[in-house]
Amino acid sequence: MSLYSQTLTELAVGLENGEFSSVELTQALLDRIAVHNDKLNAFITVTAEQALATAARADAARSAGNAGVLNGLPILHKDIFCTRGVKTSCGSKMLDNFVSPYDATVVERLADAGAVVLGKTNMDEFAMGSSCETSYYGPVRNPWNLECSPGGSSGGSSAAVAARLAPAATGTDTGGSIRQPAALTGTVGLKPTYGRVSRYGMVAFASSLDQAGVITRSAEDAARMLGVMAGFDERDSTSIDTPVPDYVASLGDSISGLRVGVVRQHFDEGLDEQCGARVKDAIAVLESLGATTVEVDLPNLDLSVPTYYVVAPAECSSNLSRFDGVRFGYRAEGAVDLLDLYCRSRGEGFGDEVKRRIMTGTYVLSAGYYDAYYLKAQQVRQLISDDFKKAFADVDVIAGPTAPTPAFKLGEKVDDPITMYLNDIYTIGANLAGLPGISVPCGFVNDLPVGLHLVGTHFGEETLLRCAHQYQLQTDWHLACPQGFV
Amino acid sequence: MSLDKDQVQHIATLARLKLSAEECAESVEKLSRIVEFVAQLSQVDTRGVLPMAHPLETAQRLRADAVIEVNERDRYQENAAEVSDGLYLVPKVLD
Repeated sequence: MSLYSQTLTELAVGLENGEFSSVELTQALLDRIAVHNDKLNAFITVTAEQALATAARADAARSAGNAGVLNGLPILHKDIFCTRGVKTSCGSKMLDNFVSPYDATVVERLADAGAVVLGKTNMDEFAMGSSCETSYYGPVRNPWNLECSPGGSSGGSSAAVAARLAPAATGTDTGGSIRQPAALTGTVGLKPTYGRVSRYGMVAFASSLDQAGVITRSAEDAARMLGVMAGFDERDSTSIDTPVPDYVASLGDSISGLRVGVVRQHFDEGLDEQCGARVKDAIAVLESLGATTVEVDLPNLDLSVPTYYVVAPAECSSNLSRFDGVRFGYRAEGAVDLLDLYCRSRGEGFGDEVKRRIMTGTYVLSAGYYDAYYLKAQQVRQLISDDFKKAFADVDVIAGPTAPTPAFKLGEKVDDPITMYLNDIYTIGANLAGLPGISVPCGFVNDLPVGLHLVGTHFGEETLLRCAHQYQLQTDWHLACPQGFV
Repeated sequence: MSLDKDQVQHIATLARLKLSAEECAESVEKLSRIVEFVAQLSQVDTRGVLPMAHPLETAQRLRADAVIEVNERDRYQENAAEVSDGLYLVPKVLD
């Protein structure tokens, strides 16, 4: 089997057995990126030289008997993770000139495990978007249909993994930005529990919602990556000090007796009928493995999108106030005074969607509106979180669709922010409640992939990954490769 | 509830964003739609519900007030547009 079509787990075995070296593997994937990336625009930066040097070090470490758990394995980073000595743009003109002076904890941990970074992936500007069309570097295209979006905001990561340009890529998820692009590209996308993976060095969007995770082609690979990325970090004040289980070790355990919640409100008119049918088929597969299904209610599901579009912009307006044209980032030319410097640097450096969210956030936090919008949204957030708590009294995981439709055409929703926002209706709840979620490929509609979404309890990643892995042992949707990338 | 041009201009000023006339007109339309969309929250009965500020029920962790980083000012300032003697330069603030 060609190197590029293998999963991280398979490649690890090949490296271990000396079938190929990390330098050979790295070069093969860099060659593939050079051939295919023009079609996809999945990368903002390809770090070929550094990758080959890291691969050579990994090969030497293996020879010396010092191989880390991801030794010599190629991965990608979403361009939201600070990477020392490498441009970290966050998909924005604002940071087009920013070379990070330090590594994010996620970057550091994966490097310590021996992973080889091939490049930084394209994304919606500051992770604000569901289609990768807000990127300063142009939209990413979906390998399953080049006229379609790969989802967003981690769309460069999802497109690259789907097109077999790398077996794994990091992502971030504030309202669905890992799981929705995974669903739209037929990949696996895991958003861990809030606090499970350090946010240090991850450019902040909405700090009470942001969480780092991973996009892979199998749940087993996601388990491997999470095992390295997860864990307490004293540099992130919201990082949780709880032990990291061996996610790979329990993958083989049966899901017999697992209680799977099926949400009544998930199969309403908002969901594409054929997508709904694929998801129901997937739930039937879980039942055939001995899981039992229980109907549950999330009565405030419809309120999750408006709640999110108060909380997230509010936090973003605060987080993005650091971009002032003074210490780093874009600076406007010829400012007449300090205020002019701030306003013009920000006005010229940020794109439309980012400005829209900063202004929404500024508005809901401003005098006279705070109670009506921000405080109210925090209260509704509590109601939504309570709904999950009630549902999880009776079930171990909640299963449903990841996105309401398969991949949509580029340009189709770009002029209508509300329609774009509603794409995240099934994923946002997990962010508001801080719960882990995973999207797993579960079939196709009109030759476009569909994702099964599983949500677990706080720190319930083991159960999610096991459930997803057992499903993938029975199905082969995740093995399908987009035409043109075989 | 929709926003007018003056309100949008005021928000932009608070957010330190300079908008072109065209951007301002577009923002009036799109921000109004967003504000109308989120206004549905006002219909929800939240009497007695405590606002949720954090997704996990946990206390804020504190660390000892000790110096843990080394001074790397010069390296960090490589990303700044204009510095002099370790200081960031901005347009004149005082006459």
